[in-house]
Amino acid sequence: MDTYSIFREIADSWVLLAMFLFFIATVLWVFRPGSRDLHRDAAQAPFRNDEPGADMKEARQ
Amino acid sequence: MWDYLKLVIFGLIAILAAIATTYARDLAYLVHAILVVAIAAAGFIITLRKMGHEKAPKSGYLDAPIRIGVALTAFWGVVGFLVGTYIAFMLAFPQLNFAWAEGILNFGRLRPLHTSAVIFAFGGTALITSSFYVVQRTTGARLWSDGLAWFVFWGYQIVILLAATGYILGSTQGKEYAEPEWYTDLWLTIVWVGYLLLFMGTLMKRKEPHIYVANWFYLSFIITIAMLHVVNNLSIPVSIFGSKSVQVFAGVQDAMTQWWYGHNAVGFFLTAGFLGMMYYFIPKQAERPVFSYKLSIIHFWALIFLYIWAGPHHLHYTALPDWASTLGMVFSVVLWMPSWGGMINGLMTLSGAWDKLRTDPIIRMMVISVGFYGMSTFEGPMMSIKAVNSLSHYTDWTIGHVHSGALGWNGMITFGMLYFLFPKLWNKAGLYSLKLVSWHFWLATIGIVLYAASMWVTGIMEGLMWREVDAQGFLVNSFADTVAAKFPMYLVRGFGGILYLSGALIMAYNLWMTVRKAPLAEATTPAAAPAE
Repeated sequence: MDTYSIFREIADSWVLLAMFLFFIATVLWVFRPGSRDLHRDAAQAPFRNDEPGADMKEARQ
Repeated sequence: MWDYLKLVIFGLIAILAAIATTYARDLAYLVHAILVVAIAAAGFIITLRKMGHEKAPKSGYLDAPIRIGVALTAFWGVVGFLVGTYIAFMLAFPQLNFAWAEGILNFGRLRPLHTSAVIFAFGGTALITSSFYVVQRTTGARLWSDGLAWFVFWGYQIVILLAATGYILGSTQGKEYAEPEWYTDLWLTIVWVGYLLLFMGTLMKRKEPHIYVANWFYLSFIITIAMLHVVNNLSIPVSIFGSKSVQVFAGVQDAMTQWWYGHNAVGFFLTAGFLGMMYYFIPKQAERPVFSYKLSIIHFWALIFLYIWAGPHHLHYTALPDWASTLGMVFSVVLWMPSWGGMINGLMTLSGAWDKLRTDPIIRMMVISVGFYGMSTFEGPMMSIKAVNSLSHYTDWTIGHVHSGALGWNGMITFGMLYFLFPKLWNKAGLYSLKLVSWHFWLATIGIVLYAASMWVTGIMEGLMWREVDAQGFLVNSFADTVAAKFPMYLVRGFGGILYLSGALIMAYNLWMTVRKAPLAEATTPAAAPAE
């Protein structure tokens, strides 16, 4: 078989399956037990660091 | 030591470019070589003048390039919209292609100038600037390297300069949205690798345990654009002293590579990158966290897995194999779901704070931007269906679709970002005038509505006229008939453009006055933790 056909066959079987499983796994991972608190905390990230942290300010002195 | 090395590098570049000017085989290359000499000489002098001075100690976040970046974003926006409005009237009145400007400022030269000015100059500068701001504020870390940040920032502006002057002088490889020739492509590759390193480096020294979702979107934008750019620009220069190059791919392979690039430029430049903005600036302006963090993660992965396959829908009914264009169509339709998931996530972030829509014109701007994101991500999948595409392809409907996405989604979210950032960056209590923001909002919105509506009408009319056959099976209309029939809609479109441009001018004035006149903010309380 020529290279194109080999690649084509791998791509539309095993690679497709692998990518689909990876995607399903990420979705399941998002809903894992205990993720709720982590996500609630992560969603607050934009509100925590408006001003540079204390360690960065000390560098000024 | 590093300063001496910088002097050597700048000096060498200036000398080599000066030598290249004497061998230049075409005008664009000559002008670019002169520009490079000038830029390298300027870099040399600036480095020299700064040498020996005590370096200011690094403290806090690196905001200096962000301040220049937001100003340049507003500037490039106005330039891009101005050229766009002008070429819109060129289509209505071909007399605007002046005889004396043929070959420099005719429609064919100005059109890529417009598209690149809005996408890569306005959008790209907005993305780089906002990513610098967001990555620092969500990781609690200063940018990884000051020098690299400045290199990426000015390096990208040099790409814009080379690209824009190149289009006017005819240096183009004829690939839509990837027009710049080989040396500009190489330079962009270097700058982009620096951008990736800078972003990754900053993420690695983050103080937050979790990488906030906006950074995921920015990172996917940086990585994917690097990959797309390199593959689509595989070309061999005819001479190192000329701007002409020859593509490595040919025929349908080249077309597929081009639209794999082209659609993912939409997907990862104009969507993923701007979603990074949405996931930071909407929660900040609404002062509440994103509606569902879980949904934002699923939105991210679904977008990543689906977008990359959608490109073939640009090549329906061409030499492309049927299975490939069906694949592109199916993935485009599936893509509708995560897009709307993201839209819902953005809109629902306001739940419990809907009153802000009435009182805060900046949030209104961001919300209508997400609304346009939803509209154009519904329209796009629909147009990618083969039966619809057979009517819409090659008509102005496509142009209308692109502009509802670009003016509505990308434009409005960027305006919202600028209105948010200017007071923050110059430590002002607020904007100079909220009333002017309202004016901008309505001018821009009405402008987009006029633009999109006129293009729907003219696009569908054009598609129907092209396919109309009489009883004997002959085509009824000539091409010129459709052009004549489109004239009124072209006027409406141009008027919409004028409204959008005037809105942007009002914004520029408002932002300028914010820096000049708006009162300073109260002394900031040191690192106060915001209330949950």
